[in-house]
Amino acid sequence: MATPLSLKELSKKELLLTAGHRMCSGCGAPPVVKMVLLASDYPVVASNATGCLEVSTCISEYTAWKIPWIHNAFENAAATISGVETMYRSLKKQGKIDKEIKFIAFGGDGGTYDIGFQSLSGAMERGHDMLYICYDNGAYMNTGIQRSSATPLGADTTTCPAGSVVPGKLQERKDLTKIMAAHGIPYVAQASPSHWSDLMKKVRKALEIKGPKFMNIIAPCNRGWRSRTDDAILLSRLAVETCYWPLYEIENGVTRVTVKPKEKKPLVDFLRPQGRFKHIFAPENEWLLKQAQEDVDKNWEKLLREEEFTKPQEEAKE
Amino acid sequence: MPKIVAVTGNEAVAEALRQVNPDVCAAYPITPQTDMMQRFATFANNGKVKTEMILVESEHSAMSACVGAAAAGGRVITATSSQGMALMWEVLFIASGSRLPIVMPLVNRALSAPLNIHGDHSDGMGARDCGWIQLWSENAQEAYDNAIQAFRIAEHMDIRLPVMICLDGFIISHSIERIEYLDDDTVKNFVGEYKQLNPLLDVEHPVSYGPLILPDYYMEFRRAQAEVMTKVADVVLNVAKDFEKISGRKYGLFETYRLDDAEIGLVILNSAAGTSKDVIDEFRNRGIKAGLLKPRLYRPFPYEEVGEALKHLKAVCVLDRADAFGASYGPLFMDIASSIYPYKDKPILINKIYGLGGRDYLPEHAELVLNELAEIAKTGKVKTFKEYIGVRD
Ligand SMILES: Cc1ncc(C[n+]2csc(CCOP(=O)(O)OP(=O)(O)O)c2C)c(N)n1
Ligand code: SF4
Ligand SMILES: [Mg+2]
Repeated sequence: MATPLSLKELSKKELLLTAGHRMCSGCGAPPVVKMVLLASDYPVVASNATGCLEVSTCISEYTAWKIPWIHNAFENAAATISGVETMYRSLKKQGKIDKEIKFIAFGGDGGTYDIGFQSLSGAMERGHDMLYICYDNGAYMNTGIQRSSATPLGADTTTCPAGSVVPGKLQERKDLTKIMAAHGIPYVAQASPSHWSDLMKKVRKALEIKGPKFMNIIAPCNRGWRSRTDDAILLSRLAVETCYWPLYEIENGVTRVTVKPKEKKPLVDFLRPQGRFKHIFAPENEWLLKQAQEDVDKNWEKLLREEEFTKPQEEAKE
Repeated sequence: MPKIVAVTGNEAVAEALRQVNPDVCAAYPITPQTDMMQRFATFANNGKVKTEMILVESEHSAMSACVGAAAAGGRVITATSSQGMALMWEVLFIASGSRLPIVMPLVNRALSAPLNIHGDHSDGMGARDCGWIQLWSENAQEAYDNAIQAFRIAEHMDIRLPVMICLDGFIISHSIERIEYLDDDTVKNFVGEYKQLNPLLDVEHPVSYGPLILPDYYMEFRRAQAEVMTKVADVVLNVAKDFEKISGRKYGLFETYRLDDAEIGLVILNSAAGTSKDVIDEFRNRGIKAGLLKPRLYRPFPYEEVGEALKHLKAVCVLDRADAFGASYGPLFMDIASSIYPYKDKPILINKIYGLGGRDYLPEHAELVLNELAEIAKTGKVKTFKEYIGVRD
């Protein structure tokens, strides 16, 4: 019997990422990892790409991980866990191991969208039984808030600083979740720690499916976003409510938006509390703000159309 | 019963890997290695091995997956050449720093640019200080024998380090030679069951691999790694002793050929040693005391033993099949110079760079060098300490 997804029952489970790690207070990444691990009733072996999560959770001779964990390098969390999973299959076939174990890779947006993209794509294509989780904070935070292909339009980062000629990042984010779906893998989802039950249900579902799975989870970073240290959950909620970060899943080609905001809030509600967008409220950058809202609208409508379009026949008739 | 066969170097090493029957193999194509992993994949897909293949999308992922698989707790192989090794470079250090006994044949090939697919040692030399054990092989037989011994060395409980088996691209990988295969059971028993050490798959005893280590402990960690290197030579010799019992073939840290009473000598790695030995015989027939030293265990380099073996010579030429740009001499030369450095009376050393990008090393090259050495031994005078040979002016 799986642990019911109730706060009462979950609170009885051991946290597998312990307190005492050295991520900044209020960082969005640790709650994401805790929720993911809490969702699993199976033993988990994890790999972790270099980045904030990795450097802060295993500083010799301490480790915050109560599960078997491996950090290899920055761009290879997927390839690394694919090796672990393959050894598991080999030893299982030989009768040397019989336990049911699940394999999860954690990577930041830099380690996933950018430098680790090839490794991720390869592992997904090979069909390993693994779940890749990207905790997306929208920049290379560990090295000091540099732009990644996950950085939102207009954001001020240290390599695309808001200047008088170039007002921050000029490109739209790469839509990695859709790119992973295009791999034709059985399960892809987007989640947010503000919607913990939705997040954990998705992890559970993913772990029950055989084969490669990918989840993209927003993980606010108060240092990089220049927000209050107690705003991580609030901001991730606003990301969902403004449809900047829609919560959806694509299971065997069927798209389902799992949380539809009752009222779609304007994007500025999400942007305003963050110092990295301060400059785009200046009159000369109004076009950026407009562009950002248009991008969100376009993507959201596209997602809803996709949901409609991929609906199984039966449901569609109703 | 051993079996005499006529096979290529790649085929021989693939056969050794089949006999060892590892748990996981990551494979990615690159000339001249490709054909080795193709052969192994054919074994896997026909049920000749229990190995699970990971057909990765790059060599970076090949080595990354090997690290994951080895940390998980089993026997792991891959193979590569040249650009493939260059792409792996980052992860090579992680494999050795994490003390994972991965075994990897390296079919030596030149590095780009300009692009060249033929044999030289720039790839192996570029990776010589990354914490791996390196065994170099003159011919297909040695490559086969080294491949089998590599697992025992890598997995030794006092060592737990990855091992690279170097063999010359095309010259050995693609030429057919007569060699002797051991039978499957003999190899299986020789290699033995894989012994796990802190496997990731032991979920009851969770371990963390790949921590961040700050200046407070990093140096102790590195010293421990340097120290384990000092234990490798003994293990290599013990494994060689056991191997001699099953094969009748004797291996040391290096091979000496007519060196004991020699006055002049060559130091040379891999296939070119064979050509050189023939020429040395000719010189001996003419009454010139020539000899040769061919390193086998190149990393960790047995400085003391090599120095001891060379110290009595009058003049020695180190032949390098790779250059170290910007350094005065080739990489092998620098190790040999270090080996004889402590001795008061020591040979005069010269360095020749030969055979880059598959350029043939011919008997006349060895002859030219030996004549020059004979002259140096007689006069004590050196014209050039380092030069390229077999090259257009
Ligand atoms: C090959 C390589 N290039 C660069 C780095 C430096 N580096 C380490 S962590 C990091 C940023 C990580 O960013 P991300 O993946 O988004 O994770 P975050 O720190 O934001 O959580 C960078 C650039 C590295 N370790 N390895
Ligand atoms: S810099 Fe950001 S991502 Fe990194 S630990 Fe701090 S809050 Fe978390
Ligand atoms: Mg990031």
